[in-house]
Amino acid sequence: MNKRWLAWLVATVVAIILPLVFKQSFALSLFCQMGINIIFALSYNMLLGQTGLLSFGHAVYFGLGAFFSIHALNMISAGTLGLPVSLLPLIGGLTGLAFGVLFGYVSTKRSGTPFSMISLGIGELVAACSLMFTAFFGGEQGISGNRVAGAKTLGISFGPQIEVYYLIAIWAILCAALMYALTKTPLGRMANAVRDNAERAQFVGYNPQFVRYFILILASGFAGVAGGLSAINYEIVTVENVNTTTSGSVLLMTFIGGVGSFYGPIIGAILVTFLQVALSGYTKAWLLYFGLFFLIMVMYAPGGLASLIELHRPAWKASLTRKLAPSYALAAIAGLIALAGLIGLVEIIYNIKTAAGSGSEMSLLGIKFDAANTMPWVTCSVLLIGGLLLLRAVAPRVRSSWDHITLALRTKGAT
Amino acid sequence: MSTDLALSLNEVRKKFGQTAIINGVNLDIRKGERHAVIGPNGAGKSTLFNLISGRFPVSSGSIKLHGEEITQLPTYHINRRGLSRSFQVTNIFAKLSVYENIRCAVLWSQGYKYSFWHRVSKLKEVHARSEEILDSINLDHRRDTLAGLLSYAEQRALEIGVTIAGGANVILLDEPTAGMSHSETDLAVALIRKVSEGKTLVMVEHDMGVVFNLADRISVLVYGEVIATGKPEEIRANPRVQEAYLGTTAHA
Repeated sequence: MNKRWLAWLVATVVAIILPLVFKQSFALSLFCQMGINIIFALSYNMLLGQTGLLSFGHAVYFGLGAFFSIHALNMISAGTLGLPVSLLPLIGGLTGLAFGVLFGYVSTKRSGTPFSMISLGIGELVAACSLMFTAFFGGEQGISGNRVAGAKTLGISFGPQIEVYYLIAIWAILCAALMYALTKTPLGRMANAVRDNAERAQFVGYNPQFVRYFILILASGFAGVAGGLSAINYEIVTVENVNTTTSGSVLLMTFIGGVGSFYGPIIGAILVTFLQVALSGYTKAWLLYFGLFFLIMVMYAPGGLASLIELHRPAWKASLTRKLAPSYALAAIAGLIALAGLIGLVEIIYNIKTAAGSGSEMSLLGIKFDAANTMPWVTCSVLLIGGLLLLRAVAPRVRSSWDHITLALRTKGAT
Repeated sequence: MSTDLALSLNEVRKKFGQTAIINGVNLDIRKGERHAVIGPNGAGKSTLFNLISGRFPVSSGSIKLHGEEITQLPTYHINRRGLSRSFQVTNIFAKLSVYENIRCAVLWSQGYKYSFWHRVSKLKEVHARSEEILDSINLDHRRDTLAGLLSYAEQRALEIGVTIAGGANVILLDEPTAGMSHSETDLAVALIRKVSEGKTLVMVEHDMGVVFNLADRISVLVYGEVIATGKPEEIRANPRVQEAYLGTTAHA
């Protein structure tokens, strides 16, 4: 109990001091994006992790929340709506709720694959509408606004990014706390029950369809809040905010973070946002790296990063993690070698394919070379294959050190 | 007259395609009795339970619970009216703890429905009721274990716990002792006797020892029809039953 409060306190403190430590504008806009994605991913996990509903159309609620918010913002600018900008996410949230009530009624009639397919269908439907009704969705340019609107409250204009950051931070912590509290209510508990065994839930008096419906409505509301914050943060909302790209992105964040625990999606949102922003600045091939990363996660850690943390928790508590260090270090070295080879190959190919006009001269990690030579190809291939072989050789060591730990934990538990 | 009947089935039929599985069943279960439904494999015992509990819709006929029609109601409405059932194949919330399984089964009956404004850990009466159930099925020491990790006999006990937790006064148990060892069966019988105290119990059971030990009355179902209903000694003496059922399996 106390530990939980401590975790919330630490998160709040970190949110407060983060922009004071990293003062670059690049970092600040990154944090803003992370905050928005944390709400979005947590709301998605209400469906996927808590209720077992794999949605391919969660961006619908995020995007519609964002569109209604930006129109409301423009009304505030025009003086026809007397609402402080800080409460704009409420508009987004209410929009999400309303569309959750509407679309959820259809999609939550089923669970499993039919639910996924219906959510995909609704996503496509809304995406198609967004291209048709250009007056509302703004066509290809989208709808833009100006967040410095309406009366200033307490001298806050939301002109400087730092003010927007703190607005996002407050909303993110508030929403996260509400979503966490929701897991501890009768509805939240029954969502887990319906996820595990919808039929049995019926025989203890619950209509699983209603449980799914209520959860989807609430999740859509939180997604709408995230959408509203996104409208304030970027001052522009485009059709991409409602379409499958965004729906896919929130699925990736949540899955990579881990659906099995409440904090998983938070980690996922932070990491994926960072990768999206940071990697895309370094390399054109970032989507390829990101795809590979996702693939490896699905194959080797289907429970996400949170499951890896939970896996090590008992060993950490028993202070046995030291025993893992040597084999992990070896695996890390082997992995890095393979990764270096892979990056080299990918970058050379990208250089040839995409930068054909500017010649085959290139540099990687400060090393200059000519991509047309065979030497870089050979070197990178050797690194990749060698690294992978090394990884295979190291794997039994990692396994055996885990066997030791499992044994040690079991004997400890027995005494 | 009909008010002292907990359950009343009138000409209940069920067809799957062209195949009639339940062929006009008439069955009255009195309030407070322990009633066993027996019959050879494929007689339609589990199907009958699925019809009563609303898992399958009936093809024709009527089912009354305490004199009220429940024939076409969805399962959760039937449950809310005080009929609860267990399953032949264990049917629990595998990834929730034992305690949570029981608590989920308690919530509706305590009136919390789909509430998202109550904190479940603060609901004293829910907690008290869950503790009581946990204690009565002897799984108190396993409360934090995930239900999916329990031993078979423990899962069967939890199955009964989830079934009775909502406080239903009509309880349907589908082969509660199937697959258990002798000692486990004895424990299960004691448990069933304890939890069905003051309630109406209907059970499908293959173990004749359990049936004759527990049941006040027995109905024999053969090819989707009830061929006899009566006290255990009457059933034992009934020539049609002996021919159709006991004669072949009692010695097996």
